[in-house]
Amino acid sequence: MSVGDYIRESQIWKSVFRHPAPYDRRNRVVVMLTNFFLHLHPVSVKQEGIALSYTWCMGGITFFLFLVEAITGVLLMFYYRPTLEWAFNDIQALRDVNTLGVMREVHRWGAHAMVITVWLHMYRVFLTGSYKPPREFNWVVGVILLKLTLLLSFTGYLLPWDQLAIWAITVGSNMARATPVLGHEGPGFQLLNIGGYDLITNASDARFLLLGSKFVGEETLNRFYILHCVAIPLVVAGLIAIHFWRVRKDGGISQPL
Amino acid sequence: MPLDPHPNLTPAVIFGLGWLYLIQFLMNLAWTVRSLKRDGHHPLPALFGGGNVPVASWWGLYTSLLGMVAFAHLTGSSTPENFVIGMPEFIKPGIDWVVASAVRYFSVSMLAYVGVIWFRRVLATPTAGWLMLNGATLFLTLSMADYDFRQIVGKPDNVPIVAMLFIVGFFTWLAFSRANDNDKRIAEGRPLREAEGNEKVLTWPDLVYTELVCMIALTAFLFVWGVCLQAPLEEPASSVKTPNPSKAPWYFLGLQEMLVYYDPWLAGVVFPSVILGGLMALPYIDFNKKGNGYYTFNERKFSISVFMFGFLPLWVGMIILGTFLRGPNWNMFGIYEYWDVHKLEALNNVDLSEYFWYSLNMVRPMPTPDMSLGEQAITILKREWLGIVLTLGYLVIAPSIMAATIFRNFALRMGFIRYMVFANLVLMMAALPIKMVLRWAFNLKYIIGIPEWFLNV
Repeated sequence: MSVGDYIRESQIWKSVFRHPAPYDRRNRVVVMLTNFFLHLHPVSVKQEGIALSYTWCMGGITFFLFLVEAITGVLLMFYYRPTLEWAFNDIQALRDVNTLGVMREVHRWGAHAMVITVWLHMYRVFLTGSYKPPREFNWVVGVILLKLTLLLSFTGYLLPWDQLAIWAITVGSNMARATPVLGHEGPGFQLLNIGGYDLITNASDARFLLLGSKFVGEETLNRFYILHCVAIPLVVAGLIAIHFWRVRKDGGISQPL
Repeated sequence: MPLDPHPNLTPAVIFGLGWLYLIQFLMNLAWTVRSLKRDGHHPLPALFGGGNVPVASWWGLYTSLLGMVAFAHLTGSSTPENFVIGMPEFIKPGIDWVVASAVRYFSVSMLAYVGVIWFRRVLATPTAGWLMLNGATLFLTLSMADYDFRQIVGKPDNVPIVAMLFIVGFFTWLAFSRANDNDKRIAEGRPLREAEGNEKVLTWPDLVYTELVCMIALTAFLFVWGVCLQAPLEEPASSVKTPNPSKAPWYFLGLQEMLVYYDPWLAGVVFPSVILGGLMALPYIDFNKKGNGYYTFNERKFSISVFMFGFLPLWVGMIILGTFLRGPNWNMFGIYEYWDVHKLEALNNVDLSEYFWYSLNMVRPMPTPDMSLGEQAITILKREWLGIVLTLGYLVIAPSIMAATIFRNFALRMGFIRYMVFANLVLMMAALPIKMVLRWAFNLKYIIGIPEWFLNV
């Protein structure tokens, strides 16, 4: 008996993988049903449906990039402190001193790539008409995921606390000032007032809610850090689960009816 | 001779360009081999003695030229002053003239968009695609020999955007080539490519192996990218040193570009919400049952054209404009132009109400502080009545007119609510180009200009 067979026959191995290796047809079916990570997939798929020139693999790549961002992001959290004193220095140390600093480069480039792959995934889904019935609702979930991807990237943009970061966020969040009714420079902000006192000021409007401050400062850094590392990823993870679930329930990868 | 602070060519740049040429050499070498196998022969003109030559010979010629150029660059066989390969100086002002103006840039991108759809059958062939790819890479490489071009295109944060241009171009080409194939099949009554011999295969191994290879390749790619090119990190943040220009993250630059034409409440809040809402509404608006699950253009001409119009010239095109062409003071700059902070552009934009009252030779009514709130409101409404009527007409009456004319079939098949949502989304999308044209043609600032209430349209 070879070592490989010895391991595969052991009680430990069998307790983890509850079937023989997927060498024959039966076990190739069983592996898809009994493995947690594989059970996202159906047992069989249409040949043309999984052709790269059909799917462009963009949805899968986007999900993979999300995992890359999650893993590198957690590693970065060990090194990064979201305070005015340390944020920039920590990133610079990651870049120049730290051996694991390449995680930061991968995280940043991966984030850029993810924004692009999300668009391309949407482009492909549109061009193949895959939003049409019965997949309408999954398209809606996808649009929300697109928006959240942009928000993830936007909140992450601030964290290095360099010139690029604060001014990009300043320009981006200045828009919130002009939110109708809820921004202090937006049309109709005067509507919300009690006895002549405006409720919407630069210390209480939509922009203040976003920044936690009247300008991009330490409160903003903290707020964006929590949004970037905890709040948005949790929502995204939940929606991704629904998105995948619905891909299966709506009939798998789209194909001619 | 004093040292040029902005040298077009240095030994390091020449070496870098050598790599770019080498990549193109290798790409075209592979293509030449492919061409030799597939493209066949074509006749030579009698002038050259007639006879047939393989199409591949032309690619071979081009490839060997690239090889020689790459060799010259990589070995640094001459001093920078003696290098003549680069975008010719006499072409640069012409290209700058086209791109350093929002009017011309947008016109060219519109022409390109119409051209892509119109000539899709020609453009989506492998040879045409390869020619376009070569054109783009050659243009990029030749331009990289220019100092100012390098400054803006080589900025770390802009690298993904250059890559995106190529990627979006490639996938648009791929989608059209598959759509053309299917459209031809439909016309000939043959089964779709997606439906032909489309048998079920087991996910293990057919799909999971693809996924595995894809994951490994991507991981390797990301690490190589991260090691070769450091992600952007500028000086430490300073709330007193405002950079000029101050730009939003690159994927929002299309929205920032809208700020030139619309106020923040529209460009930054309302339009982005409409874009997202419109995207979500899309599957409920599109009643066309055809084209579900396969590539086609002919069966969905309208929806694909509209979507591509939004994605290509408006979204991606505006990001390109915002990234590469908007410089200090949000002025437009050519790609070979130095970002001069002191460049001046006259901006004398006029509100519609100003045009209106001056053309009547009447004083434009303005509210004064001693008026009561009600009087102020009436004065403002009187001043801006034309713009308000036009805007309301655009959003309320135009859908009815369209329902009776160009969108007659749509209105009949969609029903009232669905049609109104659709019509308003189309009108909102068209609002940006319309305002652009009004700005360029009449220097129009606001159609409704009520700065008193922050309500400018």
